[in-house]
Amino acid sequence: MLEALQMPFFQHALAAGFLIAIAIGLIGPLTMANRMTFMSGGIAHATYGGVGAAIFFGTSVLTGAMVAALLAAAVISFVAYRYAHRADTVIGIVWAVGMAIGVILSDMTPGYNVDLMSFLFGSILAVGLEDIQMMALFDLTALGLVWYFYYDFIALSFDPVFARLQGVKTELLHLLLLGLVAVTVVLAMRLVGLIMLIALLTMPSFSAERYVRSLGGMVIFSIIVSIIYIVTGLFLAYWYDLSAGASIVIVAAFGTISLFLIKKYRKR
Amino acid sequence: MSEPAVRVRNVTFSYNGDPVLENISFDVETGDFLAIIGPNGGGKSTLLKLMMGIVKPLEGDVRLFGKEPEKSDVVIGYVPQETGHNLDFPVTVFDVVLMGLLHRRNRWRRYDADSRQKAFEALGKVNMSEYADRRIAELSGGQRQRVMIARALISDPQILMLDEPTASIDFNGQREIFDLLERLNEKMTVIVVSHDMSMVMGYARHALYVHKTAVMHTIDAHTRYQIKRQLQGHEGHYCGAEFWQDMGRKIECTEECRHA
Repeated sequence: MLEALQMPFFQHALAAGFLIAIAIGLIGPLTMANRMTFMSGGIAHATYGGVGAAIFFGTSVLTGAMVAALLAAAVISFVAYRYAHRADTVIGIVWAVGMAIGVILSDMTPGYNVDLMSFLFGSILAVGLEDIQMMALFDLTALGLVWYFYYDFIALSFDPVFARLQGVKTELLHLLLLGLVAVTVVLAMRLVGLIMLIALLTMPSFSAERYVRSLGGMVIFSIIVSIIYIVTGLFLAYWYDLSAGASIVIVAAFGTISLFLIKKYRKR
Repeated sequence: MSEPAVRVRNVTFSYNGDPVLENISFDVETGDFLAIIGPNGGGKSTLLKLMMGIVKPLEGDVRLFGKEPEKSDVVIGYVPQETGHNLDFPVTVFDVVLMGLLHRRNRWRRYDADSRQKAFEALGKVNMSEYADRRIAELSGGQRQRVMIARALISDPQILMLDEPTASIDFNGQREIFDLLERLNEKMTVIVVSHDMSMVMGYARHALYVHKTAVMHTIDAHTRYQIKRQLQGHEGHYCGAEFWQDMGRKIECTEECRHA
């Protein structure tokens, strides 16, 4: 255990893990309450299109991914509002087409040898110092936004119709939330992977919603639980030479089922 | 003569070319207790939204105390149908009530002490003070509806409008809601959309039957008193079947009736 902690790459991974846990704790409860899990999945997969494009055009992967993720978030948010009854169809299209573009563009890139799997499933080796700095900056931004719009988000999540009558800009909040998801996906992709992140956005908040009475409680609960999942997952990944994202997700699944059963068992 | 709380004149409205309301006119006097009744899809909820100014009439006009809804400073307390609530989301009763003051927060989008005080008062008015810290999902349907009424009361409305407030509540809960509305009616005009005829006849002063057109009925004090006593004499179960049977017994049986 101590040996792992002395490795700079592992220290980076741990730091990034903590910061991702904070982002997940802030955004996860809101995405789940507003039934945005599928939308988040769409954004994550479409982001891969941006990764492919970046590789093909030789630009920075982070930029490519960010543009694609935000674009996907905007399209999905727009469709979810204007054509609510066909929203899931359109999300499915964005999901698959984004992914397909990514695969084709990286196929077409000659002599390409970066580990593609690390973008999909995450790798503890891949996290650099700039990733950590950006993540920290994003955490602060997300914290500020969720604090500022705290009561708007509560109203949006509980009773969107009434919130709109009270002058809450629900469409804007919806877009903001998906934008936050998009940035989280991009920043977390090196550690957790594009796809694994979606499970992490939902699992801690799914547990939290049964144990707390407020959005604030949900956020704190989710952050603590996420830190436990991510740290445990990272150690498992290091010890057994596994994919970081996949290990974290398995630990999270185990934790989520345990928390669910504990609550159920205690009630009787 | 003061202006009526609501004046609707020759209002016509349609959704995508299908007429929903045709040439409707009526007045609601200040302090009235009006029930809007009629079949599903007959335009009851639409009429409520027109009166609040959420939707605009195609023709005709709506006045609140003599002014157009969007220009008037009349405060309306609105209790929407209980369909859009996400009960899985953890939120306390107190925070739900505060939602009625979302439009009145400070520049940090926070509620001040005055707002919190108002939330406590509003909960007191619906006898739900001791539930302030409870999670909304833990309450019964009737209790939850009272919280929704508190959320509407927090902004000190002159007119309270409710859309099917007793739709999924048992008999005792329904009667409690209407008793509460009757108390609130001493201070404000109450307009309630309801399909529950026994409650309407026992509490409302007027009933507006809406089915594309609208017909206003006055419920005389005698009938109201009789029916309310009927409602209050029952505990637990009291459904439409018993209500109409009780009504039937009130009519003297003639020779013809005895042989029927």
